[in-house]
Amino acid sequence: MSTIVSLPDQSTARVPKRNYLTNENGLLSWLLTGDHKRIAILYLISITFFFFIGGALAGVIRLELLTPQSDLMAADTYNKVFTMHGVVMIFLFLVPSVPATLGNFLIPIMIGAKDLAFPKINLLSWYLYLAGGAMTLAAMITGGVDTGWTFTTPMSTHFSNTNVITTGLAIFVAGFSSIFTGLNFIVTVHRMRAPGMTWFKLPLFVWAHYAASILMVLGTPVLAITLVLVVLERTIGIGVFDPTKGGDPILFQHLFWFYSHPAVYIMILPGMGVISEVISTFSRKRVFGYTAVAFSSVAIAVFGFFVWAHHMFIMGVSNYAVLVFSLLTMLVAVPSAIKIFNWAFTLYKGSITFETPMLYAFGFMGLFTIGGLTGVFLGTSGTDIHLTETYFIVAHFHFVMVGGMLMAFLSGIHFWWPKMTGRMYPEKISQLAAVVTFIGFNFTFFPQFLLGMLGMPRRYAAYPAEFQVLNVFSTAGASILGVGYLLPMIYLVWSLKYGAIAGANPWQATGLEWQIQSPPLTENFTTIPVVTQDVYDYEWLERQKEHEVTHVG
Amino acid sequence: MDSHAVATTADAHGHEHDHPAYLRHHFVSYEQQTETASFGMWLFLLTEIMFFGGLFTAYLIYRNWYYPAFVAGSHQLSITLGSFNTLLLITSSFTMAMGVWSAETKRHKGLVWSLIATLILGIGFLGIKTVEYKEKWEKHHIPGDTFSVQSFVNPSSDAEAKAAGDKPMGLDMARKTEVYFSLYFAMTGMHALHMIIGIALLCGMLFKAVRGGYMDGNIAFVENFGLYWHFVDIVWIFLFPLLYLISRHQ
Repeated sequence: MSTIVSLPDQSTARVPKRNYLTNENGLLSWLLTGDHKRIAILYLISITFFFFIGGALAGVIRLELLTPQSDLMAADTYNKVFTMHGVVMIFLFLVPSVPATLGNFLIPIMIGAKDLAFPKINLLSWYLYLAGGAMTLAAMITGGVDTGWTFTTPMSTHFSNTNVITTGLAIFVAGFSSIFTGLNFIVTVHRMRAPGMTWFKLPLFVWAHYAASILMVLGTPVLAITLVLVVLERTIGIGVFDPTKGGDPILFQHLFWFYSHPAVYIMILPGMGVISEVISTFSRKRVFGYTAVAFSSVAIAVFGFFVWAHHMFIMGVSNYAVLVFSLLTMLVAVPSAIKIFNWAFTLYKGSITFETPMLYAFGFMGLFTIGGLTGVFLGTSGTDIHLTETYFIVAHFHFVMVGGMLMAFLSGIHFWWPKMTGRMYPEKISQLAAVVTFIGFNFTFFPQFLLGMLGMPRRYAAYPAEFQVLNVFSTAGASILGVGYLLPMIYLVWSLKYGAIAGANPWQATGLEWQIQSPPLTENFTTIPVVTQDVYDYEWLERQKEHEVTHVG
Repeated sequence: MDSHAVATTADAHGHEHDHPAYLRHHFVSYEQQTETASFGMWLFLLTEIMFFGGLFTAYLIYRNWYYPAFVAGSHQLSITLGSFNTLLLITSSFTMAMGVWSAETKRHKGLVWSLIATLILGIGFLGIKTVEYKEKWEKHHIPGDTFSVQSFVNPSSDAEAKAAGDKPMGLDMARKTEVYFSLYFAMTGMHALHMIIGIALLCGMLFKAVRGGYMDGNIAFVENFGLYWHFVDIVWIFLFPLLYLISRHQ
């Protein structure tokens, strides 16, 4: 199979002695660092930790659902397990996943800057994330929460006898970490671009992060105040959401989903940015319709703020509101489809190779499309009333979040691994891992669409016996999926010491990050680059190489 | 760009490539650094607007639903104390602006005294707020288990309600005053929390200013804190009419 990988001569090549990893030593040099690349690594380690905690909880859920009875654990415990799974995966993994790791590492380099605009705030955001994570763990160990990750009132304010306050405050704190990340990205993209780096020369990865940052900055504060009100209602007994005092629980739903719907775009947009870079690199073509893809990110961000009530069709909102929000929901499908079609056209007549990041990207395109199209079922009020609160919705958002976002995350991690560490991951086994993940994923979640259509409700530990066959499929798939996630964990760590030396540009990619050494210097660039080439300009890259050769010769 | 850049580099060693010590390594020029900081601050204030926006939305909805309860609730607030507090805050915004101006023009004494004045006015605001909260506590107007609707079902028993000429309210609507007071405490409480954070920052800034800080042209912190302080002031400018004034004569 052809490949575009070109590595330096392994007998003579060395990882550069001076780089951001070796620049300073000792634990304190990491804990007090302002370097965006080191903070990205700190984030990567932390979110991986929480991913495996959330994954273990998912494993327990699937194990319980192997049999129709509630036998592995009591129904109460089951409620806590799926709540903690949701809280950990959404707030501690998916929201920071790509932005805080890859975004943090790459955005300054991609725009030709030495660092993010506010390095100290960047570090602060990591500490806030850790504080939020620690509080979540504390809440989990001391008894857990059983409200579902949505903190639905009046369950969360009056009836639940679990650690709602600790978990709510944990998310409040972690939310500020997300606000600071978004704020840092927006300011950086506006103010820190290198000379010649105009808006339309920005890689689509940067555009996607810019759009996601708008959502983080405008959406997260609303969640923050909502959680404050829930906590005040639980502690003091104020009446904003309490129907016995004249408050309205539906207001909680409006405020909560005003953040939490845009939050799904906070999670998916950075992943879409990764896919744009990977598809371009491995088909050796400029992304088709660059401007359309760039603006579709912004359009998703803007539309994303006007669809929240589609989570509330069965909650007693008016029929007119349902009609309007249903229509607006359909509108979000347009920019999402623009992206998918433009990626497809980028592939058309490209010189496609099938390295691991590309395999994950293909996985993303297929699974995200299925996830997106089933979203149309749920945005249509008639079908939504039948399908919501069933496994159909569980399957839908796992296709988008796990099939989409996690695939994109793994694609990006493999793609930029050589840049971050200076070493290649082992290609064959990682291709295997990508395939195993794809198969395991479909086995796990496709049966859940069928279960949902048949009417199996979500959030129950027990179910009627006729649903067992599909649930066994799903649990079996989950174990394959688990292997698919453990493999990269093992071989990526292995590659830190034994991987092939990557050199500056193993993929022959055009981004500024590939024109500097791997791993980069602490200051990224020895001199600030002046950008004259266009974005995804593979001919420019060829000329550069020819120039180099004649120069040396 | 040049006027600023020249101004900051002139008192260094005189030639162009020198830059002040406070220029962070990842910025090209001091101008880029200050513009970045102030852009970041404006963006942060935008997040603050969204934060308070949730509360204002709740206010808007419940005010429409429970109009009489909101009118009766606002009669319980003291216009005198509220107006005086508004005066204190507006004055503190003025002294803060004086502080920023003093820092820009490198007047050490001006800066220190402006910050002290801002600090005193801010603390004064919180002091008066405490008096108001205490009164609510005594009249059982704090939402929760001890909340009492006595002042609203039987206005003649309550000095403020009597003075405003409130008519007795049905129990059903009277109980909705708890929503009004929930919002009153949530909104003014969040505002007070922002004041407390501001006062803490102000103390740190004053400490540095007394020892001669901010006289080297590196005044981004003072400027951005000024923006924050004005923002907190503006939030109050919205809270005061919404909670105290708007239903006064009904």
